[in-house]
Amino acid sequence: MSKIIATAAIKGAYKIYKQAEEDLTQALESAGADTEIHFPDTAYHLPLILAMTGLKVDKVGQLQDVIGIAKDLLPPVPSETVWLPYLGHALDAGIATLLAEETIEALKPVLGKPLVNDGIWLGPTDDVILRKQGIKLVDGSMPGFAACVGAMPTNEEAVKLANQLREKNILVFMAGSTDGRSMAEQLAEEGVQMGWDTYLVPYGKDITAAVHALGFAARSAMTFGGITPGDIDAAREILLYNKNRVFAFVLALGEVDDEKYATAAGAINFGFPVIADTDIPQILPTGVCTYEHVVSQIPHEEMVQKAIEVRGVKIQITEIDLPVCYGAAFEGERIRKEDVAVEFGSKYSTCFELAIMKDFDEVTDGKIEIIGPTFDEVEEGGAMPLGIVVEVAGKKMQKDFEPILERQIHHLVNYAKGVMHIGQRDIAWIRVSKAAKEKGFTLEHLGRVFHDKLLSDYPAIVDKVQVKIYTEQAKVDELIEMARKSYAERDERVAGMTDESVDVFYTCTLCQSFAPDHLCIITPQRLGLCGAYNWLDGRASYEINPTGHNQPVEKGDVVDAEKGIWEGVNKVVYEKSHQHLENFSAYSMMEHPMTSCGCFECIVALLPLANGVMIVNREFGEMTPCGMKFSTLAGTVGGGQQVPGFIGIGKQYIASKKFISADGGFKRIVWMPKELKEMIRGRLEALAAEAGEEGFIDKIADESVGLTEEEVVAHLEKVGHPALTMDPMF
Amino acid sequence: MATETDTKVTKQKSIDKAAEELIAKAERDSVTIAFSRVQTQKGCAFGKAGTCCRMCVMGPCRINPKDPESARGICGATADTIVARNLARMVAAGTAAHSDHGREVAHQLKLTAKGELKPFCVADKAKLVKVAAEFGITPEGKTTEQLAEALADAASAEFGKQDGKLTFLARAPEKRQKLWAKLGIEPRGVDREVVELMHRTAIGVDQDYESLMVSSLRCGMADGWGGSMIGTELTDIMLGTPSPVRTKVNLGVLKEDQVNVIVHGHEPALSAMVVQAAKDDEMIKLSESVGAKGINIAGMCCTGNEVLMRNKVPIAGNFLHQELAIVTGAVEAMVVDVQCVMSSLPEVAGCYHTKIITTSRKAKIRGAEHIDFEEGDAYEVAKKILRLAIENYKNRDAEAVEIPDEKMDLVAGFSHETINYMLGGQFRASYRPLNDAIMAPNRIRGVAGVVGCNNARYTQDAGHIAMVKELIANDVLVVQTGCGAVASAKAGLLTPEAIEMAGPGLREVCEAVGIPPVLHAGSCVDNSRILVALCEMVREGGLGEDISDLPVAGAAPEWMSEKAMAIGFYVVASGVFTVFGPPHPVGGGPGVSELIFKGFEEMTGGMFANEEDPVAAAHLMIDHINKKRKALGI
Repeated sequence: MSKIIATAAIKGAYKIYKQAEEDLTQALESAGADTEIHFPDTAYHLPLILAMTGLKVDKVGQLQDVIGIAKDLLPPVPSETVWLPYLGHALDAGIATLLAEETIEALKPVLGKPLVNDGIWLGPTDDVILRKQGIKLVDGSMPGFAACVGAMPTNEEAVKLANQLREKNILVFMAGSTDGRSMAEQLAEEGVQMGWDTYLVPYGKDITAAVHALGFAARSAMTFGGITPGDIDAAREILLYNKNRVFAFVLALGEVDDEKYATAAGAINFGFPVIADTDIPQILPTGVCTYEHVVSQIPHEEMVQKAIEVRGVKIQITEIDLPVCYGAAFEGERIRKEDVAVEFGSKYSTCFELAIMKDFDEVTDGKIEIIGPTFDEVEEGGAMPLGIVVEVAGKKMQKDFEPILERQIHHLVNYAKGVMHIGQRDIAWIRVSKAAKEKGFTLEHLGRVFHDKLLSDYPAIVDKVQVKIYTEQAKVDELIEMARKSYAERDERVAGMTDESVDVFYTCTLCQSFAPDHLCIITPQRLGLCGAYNWLDGRASYEINPTGHNQPVEKGDVVDAEKGIWEGVNKVVYEKSHQHLENFSAYSMMEHPMTSCGCFECIVALLPLANGVMIVNREFGEMTPCGMKFSTLAGTVGGGQQVPGFIGIGKQYIASKKFISADGGFKRIVWMPKELKEMIRGRLEALAAEAGEEGFIDKIADESVGLTEEEVVAHLEKVGHPALTMDPMF
Repeated sequence: MATETDTKVTKQKSIDKAAEELIAKAERDSVTIAFSRVQTQKGCAFGKAGTCCRMCVMGPCRINPKDPESARGICGATADTIVARNLARMVAAGTAAHSDHGREVAHQLKLTAKGELKPFCVADKAKLVKVAAEFGITPEGKTTEQLAEALADAASAEFGKQDGKLTFLARAPEKRQKLWAKLGIEPRGVDREVVELMHRTAIGVDQDYESLMVSSLRCGMADGWGGSMIGTELTDIMLGTPSPVRTKVNLGVLKEDQVNVIVHGHEPALSAMVVQAAKDDEMIKLSESVGAKGINIAGMCCTGNEVLMRNKVPIAGNFLHQELAIVTGAVEAMVVDVQCVMSSLPEVAGCYHTKIITTSRKAKIRGAEHIDFEEGDAYEVAKKILRLAIENYKNRDAEAVEIPDEKMDLVAGFSHETINYMLGGQFRASYRPLNDAIMAPNRIRGVAGVVGCNNARYTQDAGHIAMVKELIANDVLVVQTGCGAVASAKAGLLTPEAIEMAGPGLREVCEAVGIPPVLHAGSCVDNSRILVALCEMVREGGLGEDISDLPVAGAAPEWMSEKAMAIGFYVVASGVFTVFGPPHPVGGGPGVSELIFKGFEEMTGGMFANEEDPVAAAHLMIDHINKKRKALGI
């Protein structure tokens, strides 16, 4: 019930207002209206008051206007029943509280109370420190500040909390007390050194000292945001600057009394949420703050993590702790058979990778689990099964982004020196070199890489990452089915779209590290040859990172609709292939076909005698009717060259209406491995039925018919395959 | 549910206990009221289907609605032409009503500025400056009165403008403005659109039903973005912009020991004065001199809503309560202005002691006493009215008095300005929390405007209440005006405690803000406030670029007035899906039906639907909201 909070905050505002009024009356009587008041070394007068009201207060008498404004802001306390809206009122009460608190703090020296209570307290921040520290807050090098109000149950826990915050470079402000204890005192008792240099700033033991944290925030907006204070619009700008740029939050430690609620209501105006350890009511709907306004009952060990989540604080991970070198420089490195310590996938074992979105509560950020044996148990050069499941949570994460994150696994693994990654999804293939193993590289490190890099590379969508790596055959077999379901769902989403229905395609230049002149043109009816990126993924990827590997391509004027040639596409292909390719046809494998990097799921090869094509998938290790095994074919097709008669494709493209449609379409398929046939049977059957070719898929030869072109032709004649009667392919 | 199944009304008359009690009393007292008259009025089948044409006296021509192709009017008009002309005339009449109200407000603001309508003054200077700026009028070098006069002149000019477009259209999202321009439905001047539509519907002019319907959209726009909006904004400037108030509703607000005066109709200026004069010591003493313990003012219909929103005046009921108030035997005077005032009032009053006092030169009723309110000293007019009422107290027959116990708390006053403030306070006022709550997966699904009348053919309030309850249970925030708002108020839905009936997501937001799940935004001209709120939602960002992108829907579950049809047309023209309970009188025009229930969506992004079952209607709205959510990817 937020009403309890609003009621408490409004009551607290009245109490603090009353104290300010009394202090002012006393100051006017004892010192007089002309007595000067100021905070040390600041050009911002009383900064919070300046920011919110535009008033430049330097004398006691001027505070009367401030108190007048605060009084006008004080709203009625919500009634027990039939209450009137209270959120706006509570926020106004919060501003009134801050105005009153700064009044109280400013009058302390006049009334003979020291502004700085005793040895440990620092009082308001001067402009020199503001400039030095504040800039870090707004340029992002310091992720945020925590205003800790109250005290922890024990000194030990106080130290732990302070350290947790500092580990993340979060500045710690401390004010107020709980049962006469304050967090700063607890730290002092434990001999913790405090001050701006140690990121631990004790403002004052009174709750009113908390206003210095907000005065600091307000000055940041005026100094770095260049906002000139004045009227209420300027005040709003200052508050919004903080909401959008200064990632601060309040940690309410211990019992929250009315005055603390009132102060918190002031902080919420800045977009600073409150995270409490006690069982106070919550305010979860968002809007004044970016995310939740008040969350409560958070265990101490989780407070920092929760605060980061609720405030949307982005922690920069600068260095990944790995035993091997890591970086783009190692991406293109190959690991030869004789150097392999262990490998996963390809024809040697089962291997898959999956990135999936989870709810916030389901993900413990940074948790890496290895489920099953480590690769130490495998003899050198051997293989073991592997299932990589990367679970991601994020406020702005969408299911559409899963494939993009998943596709990052490719280069994230490759960046590690001595580790190689090829393929994707359930045909991923990873090799770890003997050298990497000797240096101590483990699967745990792989998980660490995914966590750290996804968080730092995709801050806009990823807030939490946990990684599960499975190495038990049974578990991998079980989960691969789940993964395949996920892949199928992703493929399904794009199934209804056509190339004609969109104006833009997307490039994919992810693999230019291996094949510098290659690019994929991803259309709704022709997904990337790796099978991992369809058109929607291209769009989502562009949405996440507008300067990334997937760029929109305006189709432009049609040059040849049948072959799939467009002016706009040709222009981009020319540019992105570094002037290597001048023409590109989307629907032909005979004329300017799309090039391949090496990640293709399948290769389509011309069988001249059969007047058709064969398709072989990566998993098929035997000889094929074109006289080459997949691995040999891959060497011919890959590397970014246009090789008429050969293309690398994603499996889903086989059942597309645009599958080599300029060359005769699916009816050209005369041979493919059984396994591949079964994988795409449903969709290919539907496509064939629509074209009046029922039973077509069973006319396609496979390894049981033969592995030579002659055997295939004999079979085609026997079953009356349509390719035989079609126009010659070239 | 309370749908009209046959012409004889045998169903429950009202879900309001106070109404039931007084309907029974009327019967005992042998008084004829709307609830009884509806039994004898069958309802014309041709009229209902829209196929009766009275545009000339060669007819009236009628076409069998079940077989529209079977005949033509004498002039050759097809069923669709006849249906479209009749519907267009409803829109023109409704637009004329709201707009003449708006014109009156502009006139009153001018008189106020010139000191010729005492003791009114400008109540909301900030809003005056803001609205004047929209008309390009700057406050520099002008007194408040001069600024108000300049605005009143500019607003009045909107009615007679011949070219260009209405000023308030600029409030709409850019995309919507462009669409209006493309469709050619930007109103030029309010009067011009009404006159042109009347011309088009005369015999032998516009015979193309589509052309007539597009013109009707433009005419409706002249209501919502013209007359009504001027009415709302200038009333706020003159009488104050509403902010949340707590008061009571239903006939139980009448007091047995006080002089009861009901203010009824739609134009609140004089009524606001009556409220003020009732607090005058002279008046109170006078009432005590006749043995009463003071003067109790209660509202009725939209005048009631206006004084409720601004002056916390309790409201005695909605449209079908007006006669019942008299039947209590406890009302000394009913002061009426314009619109939705039943002709029967003097007749019903004749059975008791109530005095019916008409105050507008435009709206007189035989048998009523007329006290003219036009200019001069409004306070004196108000006192004159109160004196009449007080004098009449002695004529009250204690034996004939029966005031029902029913009265309910309510919170009202949700103007656009209030919503903006309540979501962020003075410093952080914005629609952001609302947009955020809609964009979040499990909070507010969308927003529905449930507006419109009572209709004696349908169980009073049943449609409103069933629909509103279903909507809020499905996490749809409901905004209401007019008689719909009063219906919900009587059922307790305007109390913040009504969050108990809301879905968990809506409830969470209502708790955070402290609002009821159903927001009372004012009178029926105040539907323009809803337009402003929709524009603000688009402007705040995250919910698309046009009103038609928003997950919102509208409904009039118990409509009866032509004004409701005009509202429907401007809401649809603004891009909002709108469900009417009682069917549109278009059943005999298949082309018109296809157009307004389907074709409009392709044009404007909004369209009409008919559904008499309020729960099913609520689900049409929810489905539409879900569709919009999906399109937004939320």
